[in-house]
Amino acid sequence: MLLRKTYIVLIFSILLIACKSHSEVQLPSNPKGFNLLSEYKLFEGLLSDLKPVKGVIPYDINNPLFSDYAEKARFIWMPEGKTASPNEDGSIQYPDGTILVKNFFFTHENKRQIVETRLLIKFKSKWEVYPYVWNKEQTDAEIKNAGALVPVTFTHLKKEISFKYSVPNKFQCKNCHNADNVLLPIGPKIAQLNKLFPYNSGTINQLDYWEEIGYLDYHRSPETPIMTSWENTNINIEQRAKAYLDGNCAHCHNPKGSASTSGLFLQFTELNPMRWGICKTPVAAGRGSGGKTFDISPQHPEESILLYRMKSDDPGVMMPEIGRKLVHQEAVDLIYNWIKNMEETPCN
Amino acid sequence: MKSTFFYILIIVVVNFSACKPKAGKDLLVSDDFQNAIQERLVNAQDGEIIELPEGNFQLTQTLFIEGVNNVTIKGQGIDKTFLSFKNQEEGSEGFNISNVKNFSMSDFTIEDAKGDNIKIKSADGLVLKNINSRWTDGAKESNGAYGLYPVESKDVLVEDCEVSYASDAGIYVGQSVNVVVRRCYTHHNVAGIEIENCINSDVYENRTINNTGGILVFDLPDLPLSNGRNSRIFNNEIQENNHKNFAPKGNIVATVPPGTGIIVLATDSVDIFNNKIINQKSVGIAIASYQLLQKPYNDSTYGPYSSAISIRDNQISTNKLIVDMSTDLGKLLFAVYRLPMDIIYDGIADPNLLDDNGILKDGHQICIRNNGDQIKFGNLNAAKIDNLKDILKYSSTDITPFDCSFKGITGKKTPIQ
Repeated sequence: MLLRKTYIVLIFSILLIACKSHSEVQLPSNPKGFNLLSEYKLFEGLLSDLKPVKGVIPYDINNPLFSDYAEKARFIWMPEGKTASPNEDGSIQYPDGTILVKNFFFTHENKRQIVETRLLIKFKSKWEVYPYVWNKEQTDAEIKNAGALVPVTFTHLKKEISFKYSVPNKFQCKNCHNADNVLLPIGPKIAQLNKLFPYNSGTINQLDYWEEIGYLDYHRSPETPIMTSWENTNINIEQRAKAYLDGNCAHCHNPKGSASTSGLFLQFTELNPMRWGICKTPVAAGRGSGGKTFDISPQHPEESILLYRMKSDDPGVMMPEIGRKLVHQEAVDLIYNWIKNMEETPCN
Repeated sequence: MKSTFFYILIIVVVNFSACKPKAGKDLLVSDDFQNAIQERLVNAQDGEIIELPEGNFQLTQTLFIEGVNNVTIKGQGIDKTFLSFKNQEEGSEGFNISNVKNFSMSDFTIEDAKGDNIKIKSADGLVLKNINSRWTDGAKESNGAYGLYPVESKDVLVEDCEVSYASDAGIYVGQSVNVVVRRCYTHHNVAGIEIENCINSDVYENRTINNTGGILVFDLPDLPLSNGRNSRIFNNEIQENNHKNFAPKGNIVATVPPGTGIIVLATDSVDIFNNKIINQKSVGIAIASYQLLQKPYNDSTYGPYSSAISIRDNQISTNKLIVDMSTDLGKLLFAVYRLPMDIIYDGIADPNLLDDNGILKDGHQICIRNNGDQIKFGNLNAAKIDNLKDILKYSSTDITPFDCSFKGITGKKTPIQ
């Protein structure tokens, strides 16, 4: 009997080992990346179910970027035994081999259409981007370094919306993921990750979970910053507005970003009101100015260039320039009310 | 797919063999070309020459290139390779280029981007040569802002280009170091050529004709690279820049009066010589401080004054009789002078650079010499007035305090081949 048990255990062990080696995440051997998303073996079962294999951890962030109302499913994977550590500025130093996975999908008539999956992979201390575009059958996604346009229909607030969703090309990725011309992740930073997440094993804070599984060398304290979410209606409107601009604009509009030339800096931490647009005249806005004089004219949202460009879907006017085709109405309302309710500051 | 392959084939063939395909004049409207060319740019290797084939190509999205070294993008000639963004659906620029080293573009025509036709940010070594950049629907406020727009770059050469109908500046070099703009022809733009917040620039042998303003040398506040300086403007032909100002309001060039030859705004060390400045209806050369625009700024490091300006040996004349009054500055000029003037100085100097007699110290003067005997000069003396109504009281036409000269303005520092 005992012998038989041993055999069974042995057989099971062999099976387990076989399974494990089968489901192990694959890192491409060179920075070109795999041609197909499936080759990374990040998910098991039907690929479009996005059911992560062991070690691929779902996560969420406090203040996400608007991407034409796309829903997002984010995951992270690190090679076994590797750990990330926080930098002083609240960003995170990830180990080589880290894969950040961001799936973009839309829901229409209760059916999910995954449009693209963006991977950020760290090779030899350098992040590389990989845009994968899903096929119609939703069986796999193929790398499209030059980007793509994908027709999409979805429902938002009971309204059906059809448009051409734009998958960014490799260079466009860097347009936003850019600090002094170095490509960096935007989302997964300490303050952004500091929130609860409903894991299969229970709902706990993401930073605690990452620490527990050895992904992050960091112990959360009550002082750990929490990124403000623009959707949080319990905080004042200025905080919400600045959180929105931080999450949606500041990756370019900061002194090291792609929009450094504008002098308009929209990080949450910027303290100089003119830097974030109050009574600031544009530098190279062209017809993006809409005939208005100031980026933000306090109490006069209709006279503020910043809002004018958020409300536009004309490629020569709209902001952000890339990653958006639709108007984010909820944000337009927020910024409108923020400017409308500012203290009066005559600009001239 | 078949046609994608066809276009890739064209590009490859043009690139690697001397035999050129016969491309017709047909308009090639196709997502495939868009994809093929963007794919080609994405896969560009350092040191490559990417040739654009002959033909008329309609593009619907911005073309991007980033992070490459020693790459050249070359068409078959300005009358052979046409890139049109008339039906642009996405992105604002025609080309959006960033973070490149020793990058060059030449020999094609680019048209009708929604925003700038060619924007290049963070180039270390840039050549734009023999490019025609234009908007084809006349002078409209809805045209894109800049025809050629290098910014935050180093060692920039723009030569033998033609730029027209930009709703801001035809050629706009911003926040860059070591800049040459030469032998270009700019017309029907709001500003022909604008040098903004640059250090060490030479602008010469250009023709700027029928813009609102010919050549602008500006220094603007609240920007990462401020206090632009050391610029030479010489041997240019600046004629009939009397076009209606069609810039969207809110942009600084919207304040430029039609009929302006050269404006130096808030910039230090500018040498303007041997230019032909003919038939502007407002002013040949204007030297101004940022205060004159009455716009707010918040930049403690910014110097809003123009100083160390030399204007010498230019030929300035006009046959126009009345100053254009379609802008506030034009109205001001009209109120004071009625007639178009050859040279105007706003008289607002940096108080820290004045001697006890209220005159700019050596090396910081405004020097105006040998620009013809009949020169019509006006000094607004605006520093002395609190209320614009008093402007007539202090304005003067006495040029003698400005009869001086100084050396040391060197323009670009690195030699250009």
